[in-house]
Amino acid sequence: MILLSLVMALREIRRNALRSFLTMLGIVIGVGAVIALVTIGQGATTKVQADIGKLGNNLLIVTPGGMRRSSGFAAAKAFEKEDIEAIQSDVLGVERIAPTVSRQALAVWGNKNWRTSITGTTSVYLDVRGYEVNQGRKPSEAEFASGQPICVIGATTAKELFGTADPVGASVRVDKLSCEVIGVLAAKGQSGMGQDQDDVVLMPLRAVQRRLAGNNDVGAIYISVESSRSTTLVRDRIDALLRDRRRIAPADESDFSVRDMKEIAEALSSATGALTGLLGAIAGVSLLVGGIGIMNIMLVNVTERTREIGIRLAIGALASEVLLQFLVEAVVLSMFGGILGIALGLVASYFATSSLGLPFALMPEILMLSFGFSALIGVLFGYLPAHKAARLNPIEALRHE
Amino acid sequence: MSVDYAVVEFESVSKIYGAGDTEVRALDGVDLRIEHGEFVAIMGASGSGKSTAMNIVGCLDVPTGGTFRFRGVDVGALEANERALLRRHYVGFVFQGFNLLARTTALENVELPLAYRHVPARERRERARAALAAVGLENRADHAPSELSGGQQQRVAIARALVSEPSLLLADEPTGNLDSAKKIEIMELLVRLNRTLGITIAMVTHEPDLGAFVSRVITFRDGRVIDPGELPPSRPPTTLAASAPRSAP
Repeated sequence: MILLSLVMALREIRRNALRSFLTMLGIVIGVGAVIALVTIGQGATTKVQADIGKLGNNLLIVTPGGMRRSSGFAAAKAFEKEDIEAIQSDVLGVERIAPTVSRQALAVWGNKNWRTSITGTTSVYLDVRGYEVNQGRKPSEAEFASGQPICVIGATTAKELFGTADPVGASVRVDKLSCEVIGVLAAKGQSGMGQDQDDVVLMPLRAVQRRLAGNNDVGAIYISVESSRSTTLVRDRIDALLRDRRRIAPADESDFSVRDMKEIAEALSSATGALTGLLGAIAGVSLLVGGIGIMNIMLVNVTERTREIGIRLAIGALASEVLLQFLVEAVVLSMFGGILGIALGLVASYFATSSLGLPFALMPEILMLSFGFSALIGVLFGYLPAHKAARLNPIEALRHE
Repeated sequence: MSVDYAVVEFESVSKIYGAGDTEVRALDGVDLRIEHGEFVAIMGASGSGKSTAMNIVGCLDVPTGGTFRFRGVDVGALEANERALLRRHYVGFVFQGFNLLARTTALENVELPLAYRHVPARERRERARAALAAVGLENRADHAPSELSGGQQQRVAIARALVSEPSLLLADEPTGNLDSAKKIEIMELLVRLNRTLGITIAMVTHEPDLGAFVSRVITFRDGRVIDPGELPPSRPPTTLAASAPRSAP
């Protein structure tokens, strides 16, 4: 009986090809949207996790300025060279430490200029941030330590200042300091927080301190923790040490913060995950609307085909057979819609992720889920019209004009 | 076919719609028998109750009073599904408006009753072709109803009613939508099917001149049979237990 209903349903769908297509369009778009949005969201989550993973999960970032300060600008007191030394020598579990000082400055080469972020640091910084040099060379530890006017530039900075010319060996002027480009960093793309990590100029810390800033202040400090140690424990020790060195009373809030990359990673992943869930839910609503569209058309269909139903009942069709026929029709329509929707969703998410530079992180279970859901919608929203058809009185149905 | 009960048997059947002041007596104590192999015409003005009687004969409706037996079975006691199965296996319908499925070929239309009987596809096709041949439409098997004339459509409908070899072919105004030449064509076809295949036919009509084609005319007026027509040679009374106490008409 199912087979017969299936044959009849397919015949009816083919007979009204255009209407059938329009009927299933709601499901097509709904399923397509669910798959595309979830896949894109999943790609974003994967990317964020991968980016942060590159930084290493055992990274701490210490920045001056508290998270919730109310006492004003002066509180964001910079760190000193001695703070770095104290952390390095007193805190157990600190592997490497990279002090930085950053400022925005204008870089000029020839007749071109580009406003970018200048970071003075040590060679450790390149390692903990995962920067690779792909043209020229990486400055040695000694070059960084000496504070010579040399720099490595990010891919964006290289493109904006030099275009197709070779930057290595060129002399770039940053504010009043002229420095030699000895390397170009490999492109890293956007960070998990949406910053362009290639729009940078890296210089020795002392060069920036002396020649650009004119002081010995240290901004953010990057600290990698020995992998056998708990980052939380090390973070607490650094916190305690710095509070002590900065003479903060036990009742006061810190005027600096120590952030754990792992926590940031988790926060970001859960944020993008929640966003993916939200987008999927919104798309799910459109799937529901598609189901209501099917119900609507099937109700019209039943009214239009009242005489046909009368003929079938007179000829000896059971009410259950008429019910099954219309139910199968709705389910076949919505499952076709589901298949087309999956195709649409795959194509859309493939192009969207590749144009956004995200990984194509397809979850097979979302395909199964949305296909199953579209079939379920066919059953749910097909039942009411089918029930209406099956309950018709054959005498009245035959009289229907 | 040798059976000893009538195809159709009404025993003081009445059908009342509504209740109280709005009560309508569509049938009022009708007694009626149609025997195997008969070709009867049921005549009467509109509102005479003949259509109600036809619906009961076709097991589409049940009486509110009295007993209606189809092949000896008390139909009033059956569930809707059981009546559907009776129709499926024993009744063929021909309607005034042809009532073919649109955009469906003649062959597929004729196959439909067999599909509900779960006849395998190949046998279905063969039997449907044979039925179309019996009504002279073997060359129109692949045409949709819209590509056929009214007379041809009605012949497809007759083929559809025939294909399941019913005990009773029920025709409701089969010539109502046709011109007089086509009328005669259809009537002659029905007469031929009755004589050569021995199919019992009950036909509702309000056209008195069609009485010439049939073996008996039953006339209805105001919900009663006012003339049961000339009875066929008497048969022994039915011995089926289900229809035991009964007075022969």
